[in-house]
Amino acid sequence: MSDSSLSLDTVPRISPMFRFQWEEAQESHVLLYPEGMVKLSGSAGEILGLVDGKTSVAGIIDALKLKFPGAPLDNDVINFLETAYGQGWLRTVNA
Amino acid sequence: MDRAGSAPLTPSKPLWLLAELTYRCPLQCPYCSNPLDIAKYKDELTTDQWISVLQQSRKMGAAQLGFSGGEPLVRQDLEVLIAEARRLGYYSNLITSGIGMNEDRVAAFKEAGLDHIQISFQASDEELNNYLGGSDSFRHKYEMARVVKKHDYPMVLNIVIHRQNIDQIEDIIKMTIDLQADYVELASTQYYGWSKLNEAGLLPTREQLARAEKIAHDYQDRMKGKMKILYVVPDYYETRPKACMNGWGSIFLTIAPDGSALPCHAARQLPGMSFPNVKDTSIASIWNESSAFMRFRGDDWMQEPCRSCSEKGKDFGGCRCQAFMLTGDATNADPVCGKSDHHAALVAEVNRLTALSLAEVKAKPLVFRNLKNSRELAS
Repeated sequence: MSDSSLSLDTVPRISPMFRFQWEEAQESHVLLYPEGMVKLSGSAGEILGLVDGKTSVAGIIDALKLKFPGAPLDNDVINFLETAYGQGWLRTVNA
Repeated sequence: MDRAGSAPLTPSKPLWLLAELTYRCPLQCPYCSNPLDIAKYKDELTTDQWISVLQQSRKMGAAQLGFSGGEPLVRQDLEVLIAEARRLGYYSNLITSGIGMNEDRVAAFKEAGLDHIQISFQASDEELNNYLGGSDSFRHKYEMARVVKKHDYPMVLNIVIHRQNIDQIEDIIKMTIDLQADYVELASTQYYGWSKLNEAGLLPTREQLARAEKIAHDYQDRMKGKMKILYVVPDYYETRPKACMNGWGSIFLTIAPDGSALPCHAARQLPGMSFPNVKDTSIASIWNESSAFMRFRGDDWMQEPCRSCSEKGKDFGGCRCQAFMLTGDATNADPVCGKSDHHAALVAEVNRLTALSLAEVKAKPLVFRNLKNSRELAS
């Protein structure tokens, strides 16, 4: 898939097939889609919470570094975003 | 928490709310999942009563909401209910035949916050589609599917697969590709209610299935990343039962048009059960305390071979309705299971039904789902 060639300049957005929200009863962020739900881990929720269709991958990593100083997270974030693309959760905003 | 030994003390949450808004329907599909006695239920919950159901269920943790029926588009307050669902934070799914839909309504639903639309087709050719649905619906469905995509909804197309349309499965898949579906459910008929009545005319043969399965898998590979194809085989051909409703009273809550609360939409046929009604009982009390929802929750109710089975936490003994229909006792193992004493009888029955030629099958007309037939069956 062409979408999976992820660079720091890539600007992801949540695919229109999914809705991302905080779900009180699950005490976690979730992705809702036709007749289904993905319960997200804490870190996955933090990352997808920054996906707004305007912020680049580099911007997302910077924002996370501010929030979690000292955490070595560049590769983790990129790996997760690649997984998220693979799952069809994300699309790329065209420059 | 594991599920060893006894029923869980705290029930899980009703994640899925199925709101069967009405039993009224312009179609008459002979495999309808509604009960045979639809003619008995004339009362429908009011708009305010449905809003209260949505609010209470959301508080209990429901996240997925299905507007279903009958045909939910018959309800003129659907826009209001969708708007309330959105306000409450549900992901709302409209499960429809497409009849009663027009572009203005599709746009109004979007505006109100509807997330997804599922349209059913009966077949990929107009004649068979209209015969099975008992109405000239094909062209309108086709047009509405285009409108749904035009308005940028995720779209699921659902086609119930059975003996009389399974050989067209490739054409059916091609139709869904043409309509740009995001998900396609090729759902083999499950034999409850109307479809049980018509099973001789609906159950596909083993040869038909093998061929269809190959084609479906081929397209699954071919469409990877573009369209997701779910292919559900008829469980009568399996040797392990489905994890029906993910366990009784586990995540599913169905509210029938008259306000009856059901652990699944087929549960009404089970004998000796009385189902609570949202008109006089709160959703919390229904879910947590009602005898109907506790009846088959956990595994205390199980008999052998389920009770000591290592797979009981995986399939929960299968389907209670199927156990009742095929063995007369809802606490038995679902006879789909090879470990059930009743499995051999099910296999024999499947062989008997599928030994008939297609001509013999077609000679016995299908009983269509409508009020007239419902009344006649009751008398």
